[in-house]
Amino acid sequence: MTQRTIYVTQAVKPEQRSKAYWVLSDCIVLITRSLKHIFKNTDQLLGLTIQPVMFMMLFRYVFGGAINTGGTTYVNFLVAGILVQSLAFGSLTTSLSVATDLQKGIIDRIKSLPIASWALLMGHVVADIFRNSIQSVVMIGAGFLVGFRPEASASDWFAIAGIVLVFTFAMSWVAAILGLLAKSVETVQWLGFFIVFPLTFASAAFAPTESMPKFLKLFAENQPVTHVIEAIRALMIGTPIGSHGIIAVTWCIAIICIAIPMATYLFRKHSGR
Amino acid sequence: MIFDEAIVVHGLKKSFKNVKVLEGVDFSVKKGTMLALLGPNGAGKTTTIRILSTLLQPDGGKAFVNGHDVVENPQAARESIGLTGQYAAVDEYLTGYENLAMIGRLYHLSKADCKQRATALIEQFDLVEAQNRIVKTYSGGMRRRLDLAASLIATPPILFLDEPTTGLDPRSRLMMWDIIEKLVEADVTILLTTQYLEEADRLADKIAVIDNGKIIAQGTSEELKSHVGKERLELTIQRTSNFAEAMSAIGGEGLQHDESNRTISVATDGSVHEVKRILDQMEQKGITIDTLSLHKPTLDDVFMQLTGHKAEVEKTEEL
Repeated sequence: MTQRTIYVTQAVKPEQRSKAYWVLSDCIVLITRSLKHIFKNTDQLLGLTIQPVMFMMLFRYVFGGAINTGGTTYVNFLVAGILVQSLAFGSLTTSLSVATDLQKGIIDRIKSLPIASWALLMGHVVADIFRNSIQSVVMIGAGFLVGFRPEASASDWFAIAGIVLVFTFAMSWVAAILGLLAKSVETVQWLGFFIVFPLTFASAAFAPTESMPKFLKLFAENQPVTHVIEAIRALMIGTPIGSHGIIAVTWCIAIICIAIPMATYLFRKHSGR
Repeated sequence: MIFDEAIVVHGLKKSFKNVKVLEGVDFSVKKGTMLALLGPNGAGKTTTIRILSTLLQPDGGKAFVNGHDVVENPQAARESIGLTGQYAAVDEYLTGYENLAMIGRLYHLSKADCKQRATALIEQFDLVEAQNRIVKTYSGGMRRRLDLAASLIATPPILFLDEPTTGLDPRSRLMMWDIIEKLVEADVTILLTTQYLEEADRLADKIAVIDNGKIIAQGTSEELKSHVGKERLELTIQRTSNFAEAMSAIGGEGLQHDESNRTISVATDGSVHEVKRILDQMEQKGITIDTLSLHKPTLDDVFMQLTGHKAEVEKTEEL
């Protein structure tokens, strides 16, 4: 069989479907691609899953005794903090995936295809949410082993899952922007760290904000990550949620509304390696 | 006539931070033919291809593929093209088959077509045994073949091949050439970039020589070679004192010389008769020749002939 027969007699045409069908199909194809990466890169998945568990052990047994959390046990206080911190750090894998793609030839191929340009980013973001979900389940499971005793009802857990998803989605799009801005995979590593580190440690993740110096307290109490933590914590241990839930979700939606167009713009503008 | 031409490029300009990479490039490629864009690194080959494949916006000029303006109607242009770059554009963590099926789906082929095309191309490109292994385990030659297969999955009428054989071992290069030749037979319009005259000569219908962002010569391989000769005879003269005399004695078309190395090279038809004639002339004038060699003309010879300077390699990073 010669190339001629293959090429000419079997010439194929794009299938005629609606535009919406293809946008959805492109996203699913690229999400599937990114999900396959997770399972072919098991070292990364394992590392990301174990890290929060180690953090939990560290705070629960090493620092925990010295931190006064008022009414509840320290483990009950801690799980929400570790959860949100691990989500924030986990989202940075989107930066890595995006930056890695940009350094490889495949980006040229994907950009020369007749598809929506943000579909590739969406693929990485959704895969990230999936990976973060696995990580969260393992981490909360480990929490139970070391004395975590939540009082959340089924509907509370649904609310927690909702906040986790919207928070991860927002963080992953921000991470995608980092990945697009960074010149190399190495830059992504430290850039992400410098952004996520203050957001998660200067927050209510590991200790109540009351004991912090005034300036830090002001930042810690008003930044989005604290609201997300406080909302999840309140839902977990049954304390009043106050305005934290609304503020947290509003923050996340605002971030999503800005980050998606910005990432799409940067992706289109990006040329060369 | 825009309808006969699959690719039309007119006055294309592009600069990167004050460095002019393209300074008014013009060429066109007839449907079903292959044009080779021949030039050294940094001449503007890749930039031209990136503009034509909608990856880069030109600063000036027009470019059409399959009748679609690449700036005004990039989506339509993308549907008519396949691109194989210098770096194998395949996903390392997917298998060969998964790569092809994924790209096919992104070209908006039906699932059945994707499957059929992927299977056919894998067979065609000798990747059957490797199809279910992840690409990370592939050799360089296998990656390039898979990459080319991915460009072909949607049977695009126009194909861009950006240095498809650079960095390949000789065996893989021959295999690529074989495949590319069959594509031309199948009436695919191809724009190929290369640094090798030999490659352009073997594959292309027409060759455009590009240097410093401009097309400096265009024509069939025969036309180009009529300037530089079929075989070049290179002589090393023993003494510098009669170097000038030697040069005038040889005379003729396509003379090149390098006085510091005492070498002269001249275009010949490669026949014993002509070589003998030149040597006889030298003998008569009493010029002693140290060494003699015959070689096929290279990009350097073409450049020397057209521009008077050698092909400047590694001038700037290819963008």
